Amino acid sequence: MAALAPTTQQPARDPLTIDGVELGSRLIMGTGGAPSLEGLGAALLASGTELTTVAMRRYSPAESGSLFQLLADHGIRVLPNTAGCFTARDAVLTAELAREALETDWVKLEVIADEHTLLPDALELVEATDQLVARGFKVFAYTNDDPVLALRLENLGATAVMPLGAPIGTGLGILNPHNIELIVSRASVPVVLDAGIGTASDAALAMELGCDAVLLATAVTRAQDPALMGAAFRHAVAAGRLARKAGRIPRREHALASSAMEGRAEFL
Amino acid sequence: MNIRLNGAQHAVPDGATVGALVSGVTGRALAEDGHATDGRKLGVAVARNAEVVPRSQWHSTALADGDDVELVTAVQGG
Repeated sequence: MAALAPTTQQPARDPLTIDGVELGSRLIMGTGGAPSLEGLGAALLASGTELTTVAMRRYSPAESGSLFQLLADHGIRVLPNTAGCFTARDAVLTAELAREALETDWVKLEVIADEHTLLPDALELVEATDQLVARGFKVFAYTNDDPVLALRLENLGATAVMPLGAPIGTGLGILNPHNIELIVSRASVPVVLDAGIGTASDAALAMELGCDAVLLATAVTRAQDPALMGAAFRHAVAAGRLARKAGRIPRREHALASSAMEGRAEFL
Repeated sequence: MNIRLNGAQHAVPDGATVGALVSGVTGRALAEDGHATDGRKLGVAVARNAEVVPRSQWHSTALADGDDVELVTAVQGG
């Protein structure tokens, strides 16, 4: 049977450029929560991600090297995070260690207030951003969905601001779309929706609201079929991006017929 | 002499350097610049008494009795 001629327009390449680096995918995937390295590898590949977060922890001879090798094998760039840090001091020291270990000055800055909410501590976050920018880091600041704080972080020199949709790991989606839109409308650095994503439609919404990228981990790594969910997010992020660029119709109070009323047949 | 390595007591020979410690724990031979001689990335970093010791200084930094050393690497997370 002859192949069907393509009838759909292929989306043009639409890379995200951060700090001069072009990322072909607007989905940034974390590596946390995956039960096995093999499963993680399959999910990462299915998601199409070109940038992934890692945490810095004490070296253990038994576990060393494998994750690093997996990412290198797939050509995926590493974004070390400061997960688990409660103070600016700890976050700065962790970032310094990550820069030494992984030879990148990119850092996902997480400074959390407590283990129950895992919400960013705004004061420590501002202090750490200030210090890390001064030390030459490219700071990807994980922040609350607060438009005022997001702008503060940008003005301090953050390379990207990453507002949360909902608390880490909750899968509650985007709790305050209005704030995310406000952050996007005022930002001149990339905005990455980070945390809280539950399923594909949440990621599509983030992109429709104007975010430049989406960062998620749990939604894929703890899904029943992580590789399938990775593929779902790949499509959702691309679809949301296209919809944003296409320009959605305005919302209306009342119905608007799409078929002309003129020329109807009349049945007597 | 004894140091603390990743929160546990660890014995090292007197006068041992950070470079010797890293090489011993990771089982990888290190060049003078602190990179692994096998050419593959080492992917670890060292803090000594809450200060990062740059890779280039591992071999010139001697450990002292009672030093608190953290040796970290990248793991799944975030």
